Order: sequence, then structure tokens, then C-alpha cells
Amino acid sequence: MTTTVEPLTPRTRRGAELLLLILAIGIVLLAWVTTDLNRNGTVPANIIPIAGGFTALVLTVHLVLRWKAAYADPVLLPITTVLNGLGLVMIHRLDLARGKLGTDGDAYRQIIWTTLAVALAVAVLFVLRDHRLLRRYTYVTMAVGFVLLLLPLVPGIGRTINGSQIWISVGPLNFQPGEFAKIALAIFFAGYLVQTRDVLSLAGKKVLGFTFPRGRDLGPILVAWVLALLVLVFQKDLGSALLFFGLFVAMLYVATERVSWIAIGLMLFAAAVAFALSAFTHFQKRVDLWLDPFSPDNLERSNQLANGLWGMASGGLTGTGLGAGRPYLTSFAESDFIFPSLGEELGLFGSVAIIVLYLIFCERGIRTALGVRDGFGKLLAIGLAFSVAFQLFIVVGGVTRVIPLTGLTTPFMSLGGSSLLANWVIMALLLRISDQARRPMPEIPVGVAADEPAPAEVTQVVRLT
Amino acid sequence: MNTPIRRLSVVIAALFTALLVAATMVQFTQAKTLNAMASNKRTLLDTYSRERGAIIVGGQAIAKSVPVQDQYRFLRTYPQDELYAQMTGFYSYAVGAPYGLEHASDDLLSGDADTLFVRRVTDLITGRKTAGATLELTIDPKAQAAADKALGDNKGAVVALDPKTGAILAMVSHPSYDPNPLSSHDLTKASKAWQTLSNDKDKSYLNRTINGVYPPGSTFKVITAAAALENGVVSDENSSVPGPAELDLPLTSTNLPNEDGRACGPGDKTTLIHALEISCNTAFGSLGLELGGEKIRAQAAKFGFGDALQIPMRVSVSSVPADLNAPQAAQAAIGQYDVRTTPLQMAMVAAGIANQGRVMTPYLIDSVRSPNLDIIESTPDPVELSQATSEQTASTLTKMMVSVVDHGSGARAQIDGVEVAGKTGTAQHDPGKPPHAWFISFAPATDAKIAVAVVVEDGGVTGSEIGGGRVAAPIARQVMEAVLGR
Repeated sequence: MTTTVEPLTPRTRRGAELLLLILAIGIVLLAWVTTDLNRNGTVPANIIPIAGGFTALVLTVHLVLRWKAAYADPVLLPITTVLNGLGLVMIHRLDLARGKLGTDGDAYRQIIWTTLAVALAVAVLFVLRDHRLLRRYTYVTMAVGFVLLLLPLVPGIGRTINGSQIWISVGPLNFQPGEFAKIALAIFFAGYLVQTRDVLSLAGKKVLGFTFPRGRDLGPILVAWVLALLVLVFQKDLGSALLFFGLFVAMLYVATERVSWIAIGLMLFAAAVAFALSAFTHFQKRVDLWLDPFSPDNLERSNQLANGLWGMASGGLTGTGLGAGRPYLTSFAESDFIFPSLGEELGLFGSVAIIVLYLIFCERGIRTALGVRDGFGKLLAIGLAFSVAFQLFIVVGGVTRVIPLTGLTTPFMSLGGSSLLANWVIMALLLRISDQARRPMPEIPVGVAADEPAPAEVTQVVRLT
Repeated sequence: MNTPIRRLSVVIAALFTALLVAATMVQFTQAKTLNAMASNKRTLLDTYSRERGAIIVGGQAIAKSVPVQDQYRFLRTYPQDELYAQMTGFYSYAVGAPYGLEHASDDLLSGDADTLFVRRVTDLITGRKTAGATLELTIDPKAQAAADKALGDNKGAVVALDPKTGAILAMVSHPSYDPNPLSSHDLTKASKAWQTLSNDKDKSYLNRTINGVYPPGSTFKVITAAAALENGVVSDENSSVPGPAELDLPLTSTNLPNEDGRACGPGDKTTLIHALEISCNTAFGSLGLELGGEKIRAQAAKFGFGDALQIPMRVSVSSVPADLNAPQAAQAAIGQYDVRTTPLQMAMVAAGIANQGRVMTPYLIDSVRSPNLDIIESTPDPVELSQATSEQTASTLTKMMVSVVDHGSGARAQIDGVEVAGKTGTAQHDPGKPPHAWFISFAPATDAKIAVAVVVEDGGVTGSEIGGGRVAAPIARQVMEAVLGR
């Protein structure tokens, strides 16, 4: 549908991207300087190298896009720049409050991680000339995804932080492999579902207007469910379990167009949650905290959620101003609670702006999914876009009391290397797919087309019309 | 596959909508409720890190917020340590501000008062940090220092008033405490200081001038005399009143004796003025019988008994019990039988007599200034609380009280060259303990500049009027001398 309205020679829009990038860099640097002015009354001495370095980093990505993916979506990179930059500013601001300056600071580490993340994103753009190449590795990524997901359970390297065992320690480095498992599983689900979607969508019995799948086709969703259950039970991480299972169900629905899969998925997950709630006090406490974070008993147990809410409330509409609030009172202000931290200092206007930036990011992902011509690309793009949206919902919904709080990172913003690297890779993949989506038709790379007869695409054309 | 992608995008839009709604709820709709929660540390820090207004006496701060380099930004200090402790109270991060002006005038000192609204709006626009208002007190530092020194190690209270305005000139309560450790930012130290203070068996946190409630003893005879004059039971100070060694009380087998066991005059009779000079129990007891409880109570009420005053701290209510029978009325007439009063109330009695019978409402805050010293509320016009007696009665009572100092039990309050009016009191309160020693006075008698009430707990001598005259009167004299410049 969308393809028919696209102009015959679409513009690359790289110029628009450059303008937006300059705006994005401007916002970030202004925020950085404001923070220091509010805290110390001076412009930070190292603003020149920081500004130069940050600008150089994102402009590198911009130039690589001009060279390697000229038709890529022009909005994704600027949004990522603003989000990553604001995250850095808040981490720097919390460093200032805690007197952790220079190389001791979290901001220093986060800058290094940002550099690595950008390098990784550039590498993805270089190495991955066509996203369809990933389809070859469907079952490799499955194995990688499962291993990453379950890695924190391996004795010796798995670590429990804040009640959830979702970390691994190798030497001095702490890592959240779940962030990468998310990408691997999205690739696997896309490759797998593109192959099996016909069977999963056509066969089955009709009951009450819904077509229910055959018993033997329930296999995949049950495997995903068991996996999510393992994460839930052994890692005690409701957030990750919800994210993986939600991702699978969403992609399954897109692949098969059958609402019954969503119904089955919801029921299975509800059963898992009910089980977890009855079996583990850890989850009961979380729900308890969610329902009444301000009761004296719950404040005694954990004032984190209440502190985050108070922080956001103290920001009100316009915020206290960067550097002028007290986000440091909340524990994990720089990771799980970076959204309330920014909400406190930027106010409701800032919170809404950040949420809307994520919304636009996901919307560009959806647009990419609609525009790209191959089924694998569609599934992968919507999967990645949905994973970002759903992860944001789980973490921001957790700190604003929409749902119980679970430990997930805020994409691009939270302090932490694994999250940054993984999300920049997601952005790079979306850029690559969007380049394919917007690139004019004739330019299908010959080499790829040869080993990709892709019966799926043929079916797809039929479905589209 | 595009149809399910579009449908899924609606789900994504719904997720984002939920987040936007939730953020709006937290930061806008419920923000006020969240900010007002008692356990919200941010709000607490906001209040505590604001520059609180100073409290000023005679141009010197007795409480001020000093800038410090910690998260609370300002440390509340009390430069005079113990001298003004009960008056200021304290402002503690550990325990709040439970006492004194820090409590009673918190909205002014913190800048939250309605009268400071316009200023807060301009602060918001100009980006200036909101600061609290400065309070200037009516206290005369010389009187305060003299009262503190004169009371010394005694437990008790001294309060001095300007009879013409009701302005409080001195307010001393002993024992006292140092408020500085309580306002410390070292929370352990502050909590420890609070533990010590709140468990103090002498209740040094108590402002005895307004919250200490004592039997007034013989100082109450002034009120009985006022009631007798006002109700025409006697015509003037020379009227004859009964003065036997023992007064036979109706309805009971007990009698009301004089402390020395002797009659107050020849033929069991005496004059009103002499009865007051020697604090004759039987004379005032018989006046009490004649007047009845209600008339005594009504006269006391005209002096302020039964009123709930705020100066702005709450003053405990002084009281004469209602529905007294005859023997109880006789007891009440000499300040016993459940008559209870604060030192401030007895100072108001003396001040009312000094001010031609007009009792002025007492007040402690002279003016309120904004942080840049603009006057927000200037010196209040004196407010008359009540006309307690006629001018005639007041002048008769003055003559009698002058006589008490010149010829009677209050001799130790005499000041060279100044006519002093006064009345001693010795109030029994606990059979095992010495009575409280009282003295109320004003000077100069004809154009009074100061009225003082002194109570020294357990400072009297059982069975004698000597206590009030010996212990309390010199204290009152030193305070009056300080104000009169003697």
C-alpha cells in the first residue's frame, strides 16, 4: 500500500538529517552547559572537547549513512542523539551532585560506552550490507539468544543485582546479556516466523469466530513461554520475561494476523504471572509496592518508587531546571530511574518531550516495517520497534506506577554499557532496513537476490494487494 | 503483513498514551498531593534549605539562618544560647519545630504566610530564592538580661509588660536549654539533644511564663479587692473589713486561719489597705464570702482569666473554677482552691491596674520585615483586651499596692526615687514541698512603664508571707530597675 504512493525517485533526506542532527547536538550541549551553570555557576572547562567529541561521533554516523545507507530514515539518528545526550547530561549531573568528577565519574564511563556503541553501530552498517543476510543465521541467532538469555544463571559468572539475576560478571565488567538476547531473538523470531507463518496462520479450527491453531502448532509459543518462565522463576526478572514473551507474541501476531495467538499468549502469560505471584514473595512485594508505595511499611522496605514519584512531582510542569533539583535522592537515579530524574529537572514538558521522542523513534520503525518489501525485514523492523516501545513502557510505566516496577534499562539513556551497545545496534539495524525500504526499486543487490529466492516475498505481494 | 503491523502500531500508540497520561498524573494532577506528603524528603529539604527569617531583639538576632556548605544550605543558630530558648524554640531537621516562635510564626519565618504572597510571586518571576520574613520582638534586652540574672538558678518565670500597650518586655523561664544542638545538621547529635530535652524532668523546654500554670496565692487578693470595690462591698481603701485570727467557714468544720494565727487589727477589724499590706487571709476570705464565687470569677475574667490568648504562642488558659460554694469562694478569694494562673496572666493583672483598669492584649512581635527589611506588618496598635475595673478602682488598688511595697510585705521591691506598687504571694501547691513565691508589681506607680510578674517555684517558706517578699520581690525590682534605667 505504502509502496504505491512513494515517489519514483525518493530523496535520500540526508540533508534533513544533518539539520536535525545539528539541532539535536545543540539541545544536548545546551543541557550540559545549563547543568554546570546551575550547579557551579560556570561553563565547564572541558566543554570544548566534550562538545567536539560528541559532535564528531554523531557526524561520523551521519557520514557513514551518506556513504553506506543513503536512503536510511533521517529521523532515527537525531532522536538517538538527543536521548543518548540527555542521558549523559543527567549522569554527569548526578556525578556533580556526588562529587564524582573526571575519570571517577559515571559520565566518563558512559561517554566511553557511547563511543563504543557508535563504533558498533557503524560496524553494523559497514558489515551488514543487506538485512536479509541475517536470515541465513536464523538458528544461529536462536542459539545465541537462548544462551545470552540464560547466561546469568550460570554459576560463577551470574550475578544478582537489586533482586534480579540478570547480570553476568567477567573480570571487572558487568554485563546484562538480556539486552543482546533481545536483538538475537528478534532476528530469530523474524526468520523463523517468515518460514512457518503459513502453517501457523492457515491451519486450525474455528471456535466462536476465532481460528484456533492445531495442537502441534502450539509448539513454538510454548517453547517461548517456557523460556520466559525460566527467566521469570530463576532470574526473578518480570520485566525481561514480559519483554521477551511480549516480543514473541507481537511478532507472531504480525506474521500470522491471527488474534487468537494474542489471546493464547495473554492467557499463558497471565498464568505465569499468577504462578509467580503465588510462589515468590519477591513479586508479591513488588506488587505491594506498586499498589501503595507511600505506606510507612513499604517506605521502610523500599522508598525508591516513592522517591522517584516525589521527584517527578517536585518538578511539576516546568521542572526545577537541570542541576537545580534533587534527583540524587532516588536510588538508581542514573539507571532504572533516569526518567524520573529527567522529569524532575525538566518538568512534565520535558517528560512528555522525551516520551514523544521515543514514540517518533518507534513510529519510524513501524514506517520502515510498512515500507520494506520482504517479509523478514517487515518482521524484524516491527519486532525491533516494538521491543523499544515495550521496553520503554515496562520501565517508564514502572516508575510512573502504570505497572509494577521491574528492573529494565531506559533505552539510550540509562547508565550501562550493554544497554547502550544493544540499542545503538537496534538503531543501526533499523537504519539498514529503512535504507532498503526507501531505496528505489531497481537497485536490489544482485548477489543477495541470487541466494534469496524467498517464496515468502511472493506470498507477501499477494497478501498486500 | 501490513494490516497487523498497523494494528500493532495502535497497540504501541496505546502504550505511549498510557505513559503520557501517567506522567501527567504524577507531575501535574497529583503533584500537589505528592509534594505535601509528610515523608517526602524533597519537600522537607526545600523548606529547610530556604533562608529562614531572623528573630531580632533590640537590633541583635536571637535566631538566624547562617549559610553553610551542606545540602541544607542554612544552619539555624541561636547566638544567645539559653537566654531566649523558650521564646524562639528551635528549628530542627531531626525533630521539626515544636516550640516557641519557630513553631507559632513558622509561616512568616519560612515565607509561606499569606501576607508574603505577592513577594513569592515576584520571587518566582525574578528567580530570586524565596526567603522568610524577619520578626522584631517587643523584648527589651536589658529587662531580659536582668530577669535572667535575677532569677538565677531558681526554677520559675519572670514576665514583664508595658502596661500601656501590652508589649512583652521580658520573658524568662528557668531552667533553660541551649537550642543550638537541636538545630544541628548532624542528625545524631540533634536527636540526642532532643532525647535529653524531651526527657528533662524539670521541663526546661516549657515556657513557664505562658505555659506554666500555678496557684496564684495571695497575689490573687488584688483581684478580690478589685471585685469588692467594683461591686460596692467596700467603698475605698480605708473601708473597714473583718480581720479575725480565724474565719469561720460555713458548711464546713474547717476554718480559714491567718498564717501567723493573729487577728489583722484591733477588735478583729482592719482597713482594706492594711489587709492587703499584711496579706490578711481572713479579711479577703470574708470578702470572698460576701461576694460569692461568681463575682470573683467575673472580676478575674475581666483581667483575662479564661481567655485563650496567642502572643503568637499559645498561652495556657488561667482559670477560676465555676460554681464555687461559700467556703470554696473564700478559698478562691485568697488564691487557693484550684485557682490557676500563668505568670503572664498575673502580669496582666498588675498592668491592668497600672493602666487605669484597662488590660491591654499582650503581644511579642513588634514588626515583621521582609528579607530586604521592608516593613510588612508594622508595630500593631495596642489592643484593649478589656476594661477590668473603673479608673477609680484602679487608682485605689494602686494606692494599696504602693502601700504594700512601702509599708508591707513587698518592701524588698522598693526603688530609690520611684514609687513602686506590688503584691506578694505564697502559694501552697504540694504539702511536702515549700510553696511557690510570687510577686506582681508595676512602676512608677502613677505613670507605669513596666509591670512584672515573678514566680519562683518552691521558693517560699511554709506558713509565712515572707517567701514572696524575700525571694520574688527583689527579682521584680531588678527587672524594673533595668527598664527604668536605675
